Amino acid sequence: MASPGRRDAPEPPDFAVLKRLARDQLVYLLEQLPGRKDLFIDADLMSPLDRIANVSLLKQHEVDKLYKVENKPVVSTSDQLCFLVRPRIRNVKYVADVVHADKAAGRSRKYKIIFSPQKFYVCEMVLEEEGIYGDVTCDEWSFYLLPLDDDLISMELPEFFRDYFLEGDHRWINTVARALQLLSSLYGPFAKTYGIGRCAKMAYELWRELEEEVEGDSQARRPEIGHIFFVDRDMDYVTALCSQVVYEGLVDDTFRIKCGSVDFGPDITSGDRSIKLLLNAQDKVFAEIRNEHFTNVFGFLSQKARNLQAQYDRRRGMDIKQMKNFVSQELKGLKQEHRLLSLHIGACESIMKKKTKQDFQELIKTEHSLLEGFDIRESASFIEEHIDRQVSPIESLRLMCLLSITENGLIPKDYRSLKTQYLQSYGPEHLLTFHNLKRIGLLTEQSPGETFTAVESKVSRLVTDRAAGKLTDAFNSLARKSNFRGISKKLGLIPRVDGEYNLKMPRDMAYVFSGAYVPLSCKIIEQVLERRSWLGLEEVVRLLNGNEFAVTDPAVEDNPTWESQRVILVVFLGGCTFSEISALRFLGKEKGFRFIFLTTAITSSARMMEAMTETKA
Amino acid sequence: MAWDLAEELRDCLMAAAPYGGPIALLKNNWRKEKSPGSRPVLEIYSAAGLPLASIVWKSGQVVQLGWTASEDLLCIQEDGSVLIYNLFCEFKRHFSMGNEVLQNHVLEARVFHTEYGTGVAILTGAHRFSLATNIDDLKLRRMHDMPSLQKPPSCWAVLFQDRVTVILLATGQELYLLDNTSCNAMTPPGLSPQAGAYLQMAVSFNYRYVALYTDTGYIWMGTATFKEKLGEFSCDIRAPPREMVWCARPRSKQRAVVVAWDRRLMVAGNTEECIQFVLDEDSYLVPELDGVRIFSRTSHEFLHEIPEASQEIFRIASMAPGALLLEAQKQYEKESQKADEYLREIKDKEQLSEAVQQCIEAAGYEHEPETQKSLLRAASFGKCFLDRFSPESFVRMCQDLRVLNAIRDYQIGIPLTFAQYKQLTIEVLLDRLVLRRLYPLAIKICEYLRLSEIQGVSRILAHWACYKVQQKDKSDEEVAQAINQKLGDTPGISYSEIAGRAYECGRTELAIKLLEYEPRSGEQVPLLLKMKRSKLALSKAIESGDTDLVYTVVLHLKNELNRGNFFMTLQNQPVALSLYRQFCKHQERETLKDLYNQDDNHQELGNFHVHTSYASEKRIEGRVAALQNAVDEYYKAKNEFAAKATEDQIKLLRIQHRLQEDLDKPYLDCSLHDTISHLILDGKHKRAEQLYREFKIPDKRFWWLKISSLAECGDWEEMEKFSKSKKSPIGYLPFVEICVKYHNRHEAKKYAARVVPEQKVKAFILVGDLDQAADAAIEHKSESEMSLVLAKCSPAIDATVVEKLNRARAQILKK
Repeated sequence: MASPGRRDAPEPPDFAVLKRLARDQLVYLLEQLPGRKDLFIDADLMSPLDRIANVSLLKQHEVDKLYKVENKPVVSTSDQLCFLVRPRIRNVKYVADVVHADKAAGRSRKYKIIFSPQKFYVCEMVLEEEGIYGDVTCDEWSFYLLPLDDDLISMELPEFFRDYFLEGDHRWINTVARALQLLSSLYGPFAKTYGIGRCAKMAYELWRELEEEVEGDSQARRPEIGHIFFVDRDMDYVTALCSQVVYEGLVDDTFRIKCGSVDFGPDITSGDRSIKLLLNAQDKVFAEIRNEHFTNVFGFLSQKARNLQAQYDRRRGMDIKQMKNFVSQELKGLKQEHRLLSLHIGACESIMKKKTKQDFQELIKTEHSLLEGFDIRESASFIEEHIDRQVSPIESLRLMCLLSITENGLIPKDYRSLKTQYLQSYGPEHLLTFHNLKRIGLLTEQSPGETFTAVESKVSRLVTDRAAGKLTDAFNSLARKSNFRGISKKLGLIPRVDGEYNLKMPRDMAYVFSGAYVPLSCKIIEQVLERRSWLGLEEVVRLLNGNEFAVTDPAVEDNPTWESQRVILVVFLGGCTFSEISALRFLGKEKGFRFIFLTTAITSSARMMEAMTETKA
Repeated sequence: MAWDLAEELRDCLMAAAPYGGPIALLKNNWRKEKSPGSRPVLEIYSAAGLPLASIVWKSGQVVQLGWTASEDLLCIQEDGSVLIYNLFCEFKRHFSMGNEVLQNHVLEARVFHTEYGTGVAILTGAHRFSLATNIDDLKLRRMHDMPSLQKPPSCWAVLFQDRVTVILLATGQELYLLDNTSCNAMTPPGLSPQAGAYLQMAVSFNYRYVALYTDTGYIWMGTATFKEKLGEFSCDIRAPPREMVWCARPRSKQRAVVVAWDRRLMVAGNTEECIQFVLDEDSYLVPELDGVRIFSRTSHEFLHEIPEASQEIFRIASMAPGALLLEAQKQYEKESQKADEYLREIKDKEQLSEAVQQCIEAAGYEHEPETQKSLLRAASFGKCFLDRFSPESFVRMCQDLRVLNAIRDYQIGIPLTFAQYKQLTIEVLLDRLVLRRLYPLAIKICEYLRLSEIQGVSRILAHWACYKVQQKDKSDEEVAQAINQKLGDTPGISYSEIAGRAYECGRTELAIKLLEYEPRSGEQVPLLLKMKRSKLALSKAIESGDTDLVYTVVLHLKNELNRGNFFMTLQNQPVALSLYRQFCKHQERETLKDLYNQDDNHQELGNFHVHTSYASEKRIEGRVAALQNAVDEYYKAKNEFAAKATEDQIKLLRIQHRLQEDLDKPYLDCSLHDTISHLILDGKHKRAEQLYREFKIPDKRFWWLKISSLAECGDWEEMEKFSKSKKSPIGYLPFVEICVKYHNRHEAKKYAARVVPEQKVKAFILVGDLDQAADAAIEHKSESEMSLVLAKCSPAIDATVVEKLNRARAQILKK
C-alpha cells in the first residue's frame, strides 16, 4: 500500500499551551474575587472545565463548593457566588433569579459571572432588564480552544450548528474568528487559506479584520501550520448523516464520546461501577484501532491480547535481577495496557451485540442504496416501517433526512406519509421539528416546477455586494438544493469496486463507510489540496452553491521545504464527525500531510438530529 | 520682541505661561468708563511676541489671568467665574468658584500647578480663601479663616506640601499657614529679630523653598516646611519690590532669588554680595524650572545660573578636561601640533571620556548654534581617541539640539531650555506644537526622531484633520477629500474620531463622508447612532459581523422608532431580524408573535401557537384554543398538511382528555401511537380500534402496534385471536420476532408455520428449530440460506442437521 516517494507526515504542533493559557486565565479570574466562594458551573462547561482544571486547583483558589447550574433553588451559604457559564440568556436569567431570591430574603452577597468564551451584549441587556446590572460583576474567560487530542481541537460549541444554520444567528462567527486569531498568533501565520461556504467566508473575513487591527508584531516567525481549510457543515450533510463504522465513530454513536472521554457502564467494565476513559493518542490500544473499520478491530484486539500474554509469560524463567527489572519497569505499563485492552474488548462486545443484529445490517444496506441511488422505493418503505415499529425517533428522522438529501427532496406522497407516520409515533410537537428540518434543507419536498438554475439565479442576483450577500444569508438554507447525486457523480464518491472492498488494506477514504462512499467533505479537501486551488472544480462548486475562496498570504514565506507546509488545519464550522477525522487521517498518511482539526464541536447524526428536534420540555 | 505695543505693560493685565509658553495681555482692563472704543482687548502672543490671536473682551471684570498646564488661558473674573480660552482666544468653557466668591467678589487670585493639574486660589473680598486643586475635576475647598479678617494679608502664596495645597500668608510681622481646618502661625528659623513686616514672598518652582522679603530690606530663604534656613540677605532697599521669584537650577547647590523693582533687578543668594541690574523699562518675571524669564516691551531674556559644565569649559584659564578638549580641537583645526599636546594632557590624566561628556553637556546649555557646534565638534574630536565610548549620548544631544533650535526660532517662539525640554518630554512638546497648529513642524520632528507612526505622525495628522473639519469655508466634499488624501490609510488613524469632531461642529454630512473612509465598520456605528442615522448604523453593524454591535443598534432602534417602523426596519435586515427573534424567544415571546404578524408570516405564527399549546398553556381549553389558532394560521399559510395534522391533534387531545377522565390514567401528551398502545395494554381493545379507525392509521402500522403491545403485556391469547381475525398485512414473521423478543418460543412456533415460504428459514432460525429451517432451506434450494443455517449449527448437538445440509449442498453443486 505504500506508494513510492511517500513522505512521512510531520508531527502536529504542541497544543498543550492552549490548556495552560486557559488554566492561567481561569486562576487569574478566580483570584479577582478574593476570599472563599462557591462556583456554579454551566452543565455544558463541566466536561471542558474538567479537562483544564481539576477540583484541587479550584480549591487552591478558594473555591469552596461546586454546583451545577440547574433549575433548583440555590442552597449555598457562601457570601460570594461565582457563575461560570456560556453567554446565554437562559443562564443570565438563572443568575437573576438567584439574585432576586436573595434580595427577597434580605441577603446580600457578591455575585460574579464569568462568561466563556466571551460575553455577549445581550447578556448585559438581560442583566439590565432584570434590574441587577449593578449587583453583578462580569468577566470573560477566553477559553476558546480545547485540545481534545494531538490533532484535534474543539471549541465545544454544539449550539453553533443550530444557531447559525437554523436560526441565522451570527454571533458565534465572531467567536470562531477570535479563536483563529489565537491559533494563528501561536502557530501561524498561515501561508494559504482555502474555504467553502458562506459561514466559512464570513469567519475568514472577520478573522482577517481582527488580524489587521493588531498587525505590527508580525516578525518573521516560522509557522508551525502551513495551510488552513474552512468547511461549512451544510456543504456536506450526507456524510454526517451516515452510520459510522470506524471504531472511534462507532464508539461515539454507541456510547457518546463527551469532550474526549467516554463513560463505560458496568456491562463493559465487568465491574460494579462505570469507568470514565479518556480516548486519545495517549491510549496505546485505542490509538491503533480508532481509525480501523470495525470488522478489523476484534481481530486486532485478540492479537494484542496474545502479545500481552506473551509479555507476561516472559517472566517465567527470569532470574531475580531480571524479575526486579521487569516489575519496576514493564509491569506497570503492561498492567495499564491490560486494563485498556479489557475495556476496549468490553466495548467491542457491547457494540457487536447491538450492531450485528439483522436490523443493523438492513439499515446499512438501506443507507448504501440511498447513497448509490438504487431501490429508492424499497428504502422509502423500509423507513416507513422503521417509523411504524417505533425503533428510534432519532434514527428514523436521520433516515428520512438522508433520503431527502440524497434525492433532492422527498416526493410529495412520501413527504406527507412519512411525516404523518412520524407525528403519530412521536407526538405533534415534531411539526416544529419538521419545520426546522425544512428550513435548514435537510428534509424537503421536491417541488416540480422549480429547477436548480432558477434558484441559483435568484440567489446570485442578490449576492452582488457584500451587504447583500449577508442579506440573502438568512434565506440561504431555504433556497438550497443538495444536488448530491450530481456532486457524487462529478467527484466519484461511490467507488466502483470489483469484488469485495478490502477493508484491511483500504485504497481510499471510502473505507470509513465500508467502501461504499467517500465522504464528500474530505473529498473536496483532497481535491483542492491536490490542485492547490479550486481550478477545475467549477462545476462542483456551482452545485455546492459557491462561496469558495483561496487566498495566499503574500507576507508569509511559502517555503516548500518546511515541514509546516504539510500541516493543514481543517476548520469545520458546525461540527465534524469522527468518520471524517479518520478519513482525513488516512488521506494524510497516504499523502504525507498532517491534518489538524478545529471544529465547533464533535458531531454525529444523532447530535445533529437532536439539535433540530423540538421537545416538550 | 516682535510685538509692537502701544500701551505700557503696566497698564495691562498679563500672564505668561512657563516652559516658554505664550503671553496673554488684557488691555484697557482697568478703565472704568466702558465706551465702545475702549473695550478691553484680550491678546495672546507667542513668547517671541508674535500675535496669535485677539478678541474684544465682552465679559465681566477680569481680576487675574493664568495659564493651565495644557496651555489654556484662565480668565478669573471678579464674580468668581472662570472662563477658559485656548491659545487662539476661542472660548472653551467656564466654571464658577462658588457662591461665596460670587457674593464677596474676588480680591486676588493665583493660578498654580501641581501634580494634580492646574489649580486656582482665590482671596475674596471677605478676606477668605477658596481654592480648587484641579480645574478639570472641580472640587471647591474653603480654607480656614485667617486670624484677622479686618484687612487683607500683605502677601500670600500657595504651597504644596505632602500632596496637600495650603496657603502661606503674611500680615504685618505675622506668618500663617492655612489649611482646610486650621490656621497655624509660623516662625521661620533663624529669622533676624529686626526683620520687620513681610512685604513679599516667593515660592520656588518645585514648592520646596520659600523666600520672604521684609520692610527692612531683609530676605529670608528657607525650606517650605520652615524647618531649615538656607540663607539670608540684607539690602538697603526699603521700597516694596514689585516681584520676587526663585532662580535655581534643579540639583544645583546654589539658590538665589530674583527681586524686581520698577527699574532695578537684584539677584541675591546666601552670600554677602548680590548682583544688580538696571532695568530700562517695565520688566516682568516668569519663573521657570531652571531660571527666570524676563520680558519687557522690547526684549525677552532668560536669567539662570551658569551650569557647572559650562563654567568648567568657559571659565577663564580653566584647566578642566572639557576646556582643554575644546582648545585641542580648535588647534587641530588650525593644524597646530598644540592639539596633540592638549590631548595628551587630558589623556595622561585619563579624563578624556569626562572631557567628551562635559562638552556634550555644555552644548546642551548653549543657545547659539555656533557655540553648540564648536562644543559638539570638540566632543566628536575627543571621541575618536576613545575606544569604548557609547555614541548614544552624543547622537541624542545632536538630535535634541536640532529640535530645540527649530522650536526656538522666533517664528515658532517656544524658547525652551535643554532642562525644560527634558522635563517636558518630546510628547508634550509635540502636543504643544499641535496646539499651536504647527502641524508640518511637528510631523518633521516626528520623522526626524523616527517616532513610531501611531505615536507620532498619525496622531498629528489626526489632530490636523480634526482642525481641518472646522474650516467652514470649504465644502464637505473638498474637506473629506483633502483629509483622505493626506491621511490615506496611515496606521493608527481613526476616521471615526475625526468624523466625531466634524459632527460636533455641526457638519453631519461631512461626518458621514469621513466615516466612509473608516475601515472598521464597528467604529462607525456609535457615531452614526449619535447622529441619528440608525438605519445606516444598522447596516454597518451587520457588515461588521459583530453581533453585539447589531444588538446595540437594534435596541437603540427599538427605543427610537415606534413599533411598526421598528419591525419594518428589521424586516429589511434578516440578520438583525434573526438576532432579535433569538432574543425575543427567550425574553419576550409575545413580541415574537407581533413580529410574525407584521410580516404576515402565517407559517411561523402557526408554529408559535403550536409551541404555546404545549409549552405555556396548561388548561385543556387553552391548549385546544392555541391549536385552533395554529390551524387557522396554517391554512392561511396554505400549509394544509400542518393544518390537518394540527386538527388531528385537537381531536386527539379531546379524546385523551376524555380517556383521562374515564379511566383515571394519564393519557394527555402521549402520541397517538402511545395512546393506542396504552389502551391495548389496559385491555381496552374496543377503544383502540376506535382510534385506529378515526385517525385512519395504516393497517400495517396498527398490526405492528397491536402485536408489540400484546406481547408486552403477555396477552398471547388475544394475540392469537388477532392473528386469526384476518390475513396479516405485515405477514407473520413479525409475530415470530416479537414472541422471541419476549422469550416465548412456544408461541413463536405457532406463527413460524404461517410465515410465507421466503421468510420461513429466518423464522425457524429465530424460534431455534434448526431442523425445520434446514428443511425449508433445502426446499428452496438456496445456497445462502443453507449456509445461514449452517452457521447457526453447533457440530456437537446438531450433527444430523449439519449432515442433512451438507448432503443437500453437495447435490446442488453436482447439478
